Amino acid sequence: MNQPMRRMKSDTVTLAHGGGGKAMRDLIEDVFVSVFEPDGMEDQARLTNGALASSGAQLAFTTDGFVVSPLEFPGGDIGKIAVCGTVNDLAVGGAEPLWLSAAFIIEEGVDVALLRRVVASMREAADEANVRIVTGDTKVVERGSADGIFITTSGVGVIPPDRNLSANRVQPGDVAIVNGVLGDHGAAILAARGDMALSVEIPSDCQPLNALMNATCETVDVRAARDATRGGLASALNEIAEAAGCGIEIEETALPLRTEVKGVCEILGLDPLYLANEGTLVLFVPEEEAERALDAMRSTAAGKEAVIIGRATTAHPKRVVMQTTFGGARIVDMLVGEQLPRIC
Amino acid sequence: MKYAEEFRDPKAAKGLLAQIAQVIDELGATKEKPVHIMEICGGHTHAIFRYGLDKLTPAGLEFIHGPGCPVCVLPMSRVDECVELAERPEVIFTTFGDAMRVPGTKKSLLQAKAEGADIRMVYSPLDALELARRNPDREVVFFGLGFETTTPSTALSIQQAASEELANFSVFCNHITVPPPIKALLDDPHMILDGFVGPGHVSMVIGVEPYRFIARDYGKPIVVAGFEPIDLLQSVLMVLEQMRDGRAEVENQYSRVVPDYGNPVSIAACDDVYEPRPTFEWRGLGEIDSSGLRIREKYVAFDAEAKFSIGYGKGAPRFVPEPEGCACGDVMTGRLKPVQCQQFGKGCTPEMPLGALMVSSEGACAAYYEYGGVDLEPAE
Amino acid sequence: MCLGIPGQIVEISSAEKKLAIADVSGVRREVNVACIAGDAPVEDLIGAWALIHVGFAMSLINEEEAAKTMEVLKMLGEAQEEIEAMRASQREMDRAS
Repeated sequence: MNQPMRRMKSDTVTLAHGGGGKAMRDLIEDVFVSVFEPDGMEDQARLTNGALASSGAQLAFTTDGFVVSPLEFPGGDIGKIAVCGTVNDLAVGGAEPLWLSAAFIIEEGVDVALLRRVVASMREAADEANVRIVTGDTKVVERGSADGIFITTSGVGVIPPDRNLSANRVQPGDVAIVNGVLGDHGAAILAARGDMALSVEIPSDCQPLNALMNATCETVDVRAARDATRGGLASALNEIAEAAGCGIEIEETALPLRTEVKGVCEILGLDPLYLANEGTLVLFVPEEEAERALDAMRSTAAGKEAVIIGRATTAHPKRVVMQTTFGGARIVDMLVGEQLPRIC
Repeated sequence: MKYAEEFRDPKAAKGLLAQIAQVIDELGATKEKPVHIMEICGGHTHAIFRYGLDKLTPAGLEFIHGPGCPVCVLPMSRVDECVELAERPEVIFTTFGDAMRVPGTKKSLLQAKAEGADIRMVYSPLDALELARRNPDREVVFFGLGFETTTPSTALSIQQAASEELANFSVFCNHITVPPPIKALLDDPHMILDGFVGPGHVSMVIGVEPYRFIARDYGKPIVVAGFEPIDLLQSVLMVLEQMRDGRAEVENQYSRVVPDYGNPVSIAACDDVYEPRPTFEWRGLGEIDSSGLRIREKYVAFDAEAKFSIGYGKGAPRFVPEPEGCACGDVMTGRLKPVQCQQFGKGCTPEMPLGALMVSSEGACAAYYEYGGVDLEPAE
Repeated sequence: MCLGIPGQIVEISSAEKKLAIADVSGVRREVNVACIAGDAPVEDLIGAWALIHVGFAMSLINEEEAAKTMEVLKMLGEAQEEIEAMRASQREMDRAS
């Protein structure tokens, strides 16, 4: 950039900062561009990538809106999940994520310091995931029209020619593996909200999963993968079962859970299978490749605690069934509405 | 998780299941002519399905799901009254999560919240008290829902509010008691009941004496049970053994939590704060004498019914008919199995519930639906 | 109605208001201990296990009774293992003959 960078002149975001004028340029340059692309940003990112040109490669493209309350929580903030969420969406399709866009809707009155922290988180997460945030947008809305900050990220990646991950490739006999403990994000948010006055140390599991996916896909034939975000592991498994047309059976004893998450669930009457995750996925591999898949996953930072939790089966097609710790069996259905704490 | 996980140990289950099978044999019970044991409490219904106990126990044992689900027996008119209270601009309406999805005639509390009513889920009435302290310019109403397990906590909270002279806290009291509907069911000539698994946490408050009439006057065994699967299996075995031996007694399987005499502090607080209503409406069971609690005159300042002129005794009692096709009453009293209701899985699903039994996580219908009571092959 | 979970009292937050901190698997929550306090000083409750329901410690867990119940179950479990071992060895013998 030729001129000295513009700087924010106030501590809070006001409607002027969304107005398209000088205040908005201050916000964009000082808060966003200086962190995401210090060399400058055009209105549109212009990108080349060799892999895209190679024959048989596919472009992967995804988008997601992120709303969370509170905006900052143990283990992350809305920025971190906005980056990891879209990175992971690309990764579970077998893609190498490359570039993200980030569109912000900011409620007037938001602290600029908070915004800077969120942006810093996004840069940190992007670096960890080896992606760049190359373009974006900002709007400011009236007080009450947004819950602080809403972020929408879109992401573009490349799926190498030899990769084909798709739920309908999952076959009976394939083994289901998760990369780590379940429900941390959902429990962390619940505790952070404070409504239930629970005091507990659970950080969100928010992390990028593309390195793990890459390592695994390079080693074995991954049939399909899903990140277990809203609706938890149960919803991810149900989606796969539905698309694959086969049944899925999981073992309750195999499910990795933090003791504290179990505690939260016991107190509030929640089922950890339905708690959201932001850094946990489930993937399916052929049975004979399960051990090698585990090794590959465990060699990455996000997969140290990878473990087999079940398998696809010919029984009960399109349904997910869990063998309980007790030796009985129960159906694990898709989540209906929102899981609410109960006293009964 | 101490005192909980040991009672989920499948190894202990094997011995119990084998014994249960043996006694079922000795009783000559079969799938066509089973023993009918009612688990009274909704929490037990939930546990039975969650751990697949109905599939693990022999076909000669049939669980009849009782009316011990305070959400399920909540009449629609009461939900309407909750919504009415919540929609007042000065009110912060606080409730347990369980009540949020129960449909009223027009809407549920969840829907009212979406439309702008200030409705907040709390884990404890203590949290509602705190909200009242922090919001002196608003009226905090706590929806007092539940059986005797929960009546003491509401009572103690009212006493606390009184000692602090909180002017903006009141309770919309919908507390009910267990023994009266059990008597109503036992008096019903159509009910076939051989024994009862009794509500463990209600009993930790009221003790075991209130169930004496079941054994003494009706000759049925009742075993007060804990909530872990081992507790339930052990209690079922104890009921079956009583039947085999020709006994009808009140036994306490949950002795690690339930003292036979209950909890004196809880009982005293309840006596101080509540008195029985002459009758109270139970969804599916109609009006039952002395089965509901109301707040005594001395605590009228904390009685939302008085403060807001709403509910029982205020104007003509509203009779709200069940939605068409809803068979909650029959299912709740064990006359129908959830799958026998015409609407089950069709017009009534957890996503679009017709009645309370599909909404409450302890409702038999929700449990059947959620845990797949019918589709599965029996586990080995 | 019934969602109660055993928790351990780890701290007293207000002896006067009979409030304490209970721990359930690392999750802490303030609970009212009026139901279990009795006449002894509230501090005596530290370390005790109680059944926690809607923010109240409703009943002290009777460790002796818990042990007794476990004993009965253990014996049942062992008896069952004995029976199964006997059956298994019987099957072996039948096969051999």
